[in-house]
Amino acid sequence: MLAVSVLLVTGSTLAGCSGETSWKTEVLTSMSVKINTVLPNNRLVHHNTKLRTERVSLYYGTFRALKDISLDIPEHAITAIIGPSGCGKSSFLRLFNRMNDLITRARVEGCVELDGVHIYEKSTDVVELRKRVGMVFQKPNPFPMSVFDNVSFGPRQHGRKSRGELGDIVEKSLKLAALWDEVKEKLDQSALALSGGQQQRLCIARVLAVEPEVILMDEPCSALDPVATLKIEDLMTNLAANYTIVIVTHNMQQAARVSDMAACFLMDPDRSGVLVEYGPTSQIFTNPKDKRTEDYITGRFG
Amino acid sequence: MSVNNTRMVSFDGTTPKARRLNARQTQAIAKATIWAAAVLVILILFAIIFYILSKGIPELDWEFVSEIPSDMGRSGGILSPIIGTLAVTAVAIVIAAPLGVGTAFYLTEYTYEGGITRIIRFGAESLAGIPSIVYGLFGFIFFVIYLKLGWSIVSGGLTLAVMILPTIIRTSEEAIRTVPQIYREVSLSLGGTRWQTITRAVVPSALPGIATGVILGIGRCVAETAAVILTAGSALRIPTSIFAPTRTMAVHFYILAREGISMERAYGTAALLIILILLINIVANILVNRFVARGR
Repeated sequence: MLAVSVLLVTGSTLAGCSGETSWKTEVLTSMSVKINTVLPNNRLVHHNTKLRTERVSLYYGTFRALKDISLDIPEHAITAIIGPSGCGKSSFLRLFNRMNDLITRARVEGCVELDGVHIYEKSTDVVELRKRVGMVFQKPNPFPMSVFDNVSFGPRQHGRKSRGELGDIVEKSLKLAALWDEVKEKLDQSALALSGGQQQRLCIARVLAVEPEVILMDEPCSALDPVATLKIEDLMTNLAANYTIVIVTHNMQQAARVSDMAACFLMDPDRSGVLVEYGPTSQIFTNPKDKRTEDYITGRFG
Repeated sequence: MSVNNTRMVSFDGTTPKARRLNARQTQAIAKATIWAAAVLVILILFAIIFYILSKGIPELDWEFVSEIPSDMGRSGGILSPIIGTLAVTAVAIVIAAPLGVGTAFYLTEYTYEGGITRIIRFGAESLAGIPSIVYGLFGFIFFVIYLKLGWSIVSGGLTLAVMILPTIIRTSEEAIRTVPQIYREVSLSLGGTRWQTITRAVVPSALPGIATGVILGIGRCVAETAAVILTAGSALRIPTSIFAPTRTMAVHFYILAREGISMERAYGTAALLIILILLINIVANILVNRFVARGR
């Protein structure tokens, strides 16, 4: 009896998932991000949706880490995910490039879409997906190689390229990551000799070299000092014109400073993560609709 | 069930009778013990090497390494055992290194922990615990007699390959496991396939450890007697093919000493053996360092 009902729920979720794709045609295109309106079901209006989840649940074995999360993430904007530790923010982020696949007992239910295409189909090419959806990790983690080899790591994985072509890609990516002037003299030196902030920008350059559409950032500044943090934030703001950025952060000020949209996650009493509130950052921080969001933002819990 | 006063801990360590030693004294004693153990081990090692080399080096000259033994090894050199040692070891490594490293990568990168990995690991560990004479007997029965390979370089090499496989698997596995998981995640997140991730992100970091495993294997091959004497024979001629019988330096040394043919020549052989192992270690280290330096 129970098994049957679960199957029915899954089936209807998937159907709703493809049904919603046609709804998207009505969404207006607008470059201005700040005027997004979020409907009660977390649907966006006035902006292209780049990433979308529909009633997504993530399980680690029998533990439900995320519960029924539905969210539209706008294109060419910065969406911040905030919430206390352990509420599933990073797990949620890793849904979009399927990094949770690396965990043996992880299982995803519901719908995760990139440009309206469900990315947890059997036919999904995960390698191709990860080229489109890049990721910057919490700690700066350059490979123990030269600066050049680090930035060209991705492009070299995707087919042989001449040293000249790679050189162009490396220069372009480093310039985009606002690191070129600092490292152009030491491309052949070990990346580990750079400072922490430079290393993190190098990691961003390494992602940019693959020319992704989406950049996921998992607390990219938590290991950096305030000056390096500001540089990364400036960089993100500049990149947002051409990339869709989703950032997980513990730093409320950072979320308020850089993001256009903000989603507040909290932990349910059964320890699974839930989405409490989602909307334009200005609204989340100045006029939250949910009491729990307000409590978290003002530091009353979490 | 009364309160045991001697168990009371005082943080300044001054309570009389409460503790015999304070933390600083414990620390000093522990440090001294550990130092003594380390010094003792190094002393023993150097004593053995010094003893063998001091007895053996006077025997070494050009004739010793360039001529084949004559009169059962009483005179002449040890050219054929040198060739035999290198040949048997080469066969063993050519077979065991790819197999062992491949198994290690399979266990760490391509499967999840489960029944199969546990069986493979249990098998490898059991193999590591078997005495070498048993490998010799197995090699003799299986390779020499059943497969009709006779006493030969191939039989000896195959037997040694089976013997060193667990060592190579275990050390390679350890080396691969110590590569930070984040390297794999980064490589995959940049759109790398699993194979690209292994060859470009994992191998460069794991290589020194893998090389250590292979060098340990080489060392065991070079030093082995029991397994080799039963499978490669003890012929003194220079082998002309890998199906010819041969004698390794360790076996030569064993026979010279055991049968009282010539203790001086035995020490000479032992000295050369030590020098050979040292050379292999140094060369392997240089190769690995060069590779790692190129990656950095």
